[in-house]
Amino acid sequence: MDIAIQILPTLLLGAEVTLRLTVISVSIGCVIGLFMGLARLSKSRILRAVGTAYVDFFRGTPLLVQALVIYFGIPQLINDFQTWLAVTYDIPRFQTFRFDIWAAAILVCSLNSGAYIAEIFRAGVQSIERGQMEAARSLGMTHVQAMRYVILPQAFKRVIPPLGNEFILMLKDTSILSAIGFVELTRRAQLINADLVAPFPIYITAALIYLAMTLTFSRLVDWLERRLKTE
Amino acid sequence: MIETRNLVKNFGSLEVLKGINCRIREGEVVCMIGASGSGKSTFLRCLNLLEQPTSGEVYIDGVCLTDPKVDINKVRQKTGMVFQLFNLFPHKTALENVTLAPKKVLRLSPKEADERGRALLAKVGLSDKAHAYPSQLSGGQQQRVAIARALAMQPKVMLFDEPTSSLDPEMVGEVLAVMKDLAREGMTMAVVTHEMGFAREVADRVLFLHEGQILEEGTPQEIFSSPREERTRAFLSKIL
Repeated sequence: MDIAIQILPTLLLGAEVTLRLTVISVSIGCVIGLFMGLARLSKSRILRAVGTAYVDFFRGTPLLVQALVIYFGIPQLINDFQTWLAVTYDIPRFQTFRFDIWAAAILVCSLNSGAYIAEIFRAGVQSIERGQMEAARSLGMTHVQAMRYVILPQAFKRVIPPLGNEFILMLKDTSILSAIGFVELTRRAQLINADLVAPFPIYITAALIYLAMTLTFSRLVDWLERRLKTE
Repeated sequence: MIETRNLVKNFGSLEVLKGINCRIREGEVVCMIGASGSGKSTFLRCLNLLEQPTSGEVYIDGVCLTDPKVDINKVRQKTGMVFQLFNLFPHKTALENVTLAPKKVLRLSPKEADERGRALLAKVGLSDKAHAYPSQLSGGQQQRVAIARALAMQPKVMLFDEPTSSLDPEMVGEVLAVMKDLAREGMTMAVVTHEMGFAREVADRVLFLHEGQILEEGTPQEIFSSPREERTRAFLSKIL
């Protein structure tokens, strides 16, 4: 108990990083997800293929492996390419490329949550009755206008609960980034444990902090859902 | 005003429309009747290309819709449509439902659109419901808003797809009354309906569709009192 109280301030710093990463990533994920979700519904086969490939890849591979590929794999690729340019065309090398760990963390989490959010948006748009699109088009609106003024505003309302769930899932999944050395809540706990060697109080405190955050958000989502239903 | 030439529509291997030739003059009210599955709704939906015809031509006000060069959004501004299930936008108030397309498509100023919207809501008897959401309105009120919404684009033709079929019986009258007013003002109307009373009273011409073809057409008097075709007689005897 003493240990728990002693380490709490440090762990809370980690929790703040976790929360900040989640908020930023899910926000960017929403933008990616909107476009990729619409791409999957597009008439163009190429756009559909792009959307499907993206969603398949990021939902079909583990977040940890995605983090490893992006944080370690991409810099190697870029540096090898620079070497190849230098050898083949005598182009001088830039600095050796290294990912800023925040940038890598945000990139991985945004791309990952974007894939799930794309499916949420796709399902949301498809859940709007066909008659809505027909009514809008029959008034002379273009497909884009109908989407923007009629379909999407209704779809956004319907996707708030699943988006809330995605936020909670992402909040927990950011712990995986501890494996690439990103110092969020889990990594903080591991670092403290390396120092104090008291795994139970340290990790259970970390777990309770996660629980406090996820419970707060799931209550918030429940409340939003109830409010939207009564409207 | 409306003309179709040899209009064919297939859904997969199913032939829904088997070559329809039809002409609706300006100011005419034409009712289409027939059993479900006869193709009457599909025919109506081909008139503003909500269904893409498999072959044949559709002309609205001299413009060939089936010509790929035609801007279909422009033509649809001339053809208002009223649906069986109203299809009002549930996230918008009655007034916003009516003004959305004039604002976004015709680029009217909010003030102009509002004036037009309020005038139309008054016309369908719903001035006091301008700020109500569709979920707060009865079926009959929703359908009247839907008619006002279609009229807001100042169409030259109104297409009605079974406008009273999903209404409770006591609300059918208020919607038909609005449609009668429109007919009286000289609006060109194509109406798919099961309301034989309306067809008899308001229509200039009645088309009887059977298995994707116009089997018989004539004045309401001719169709309802002395149908030539056995199938027309059989259909009428079932529903009258």
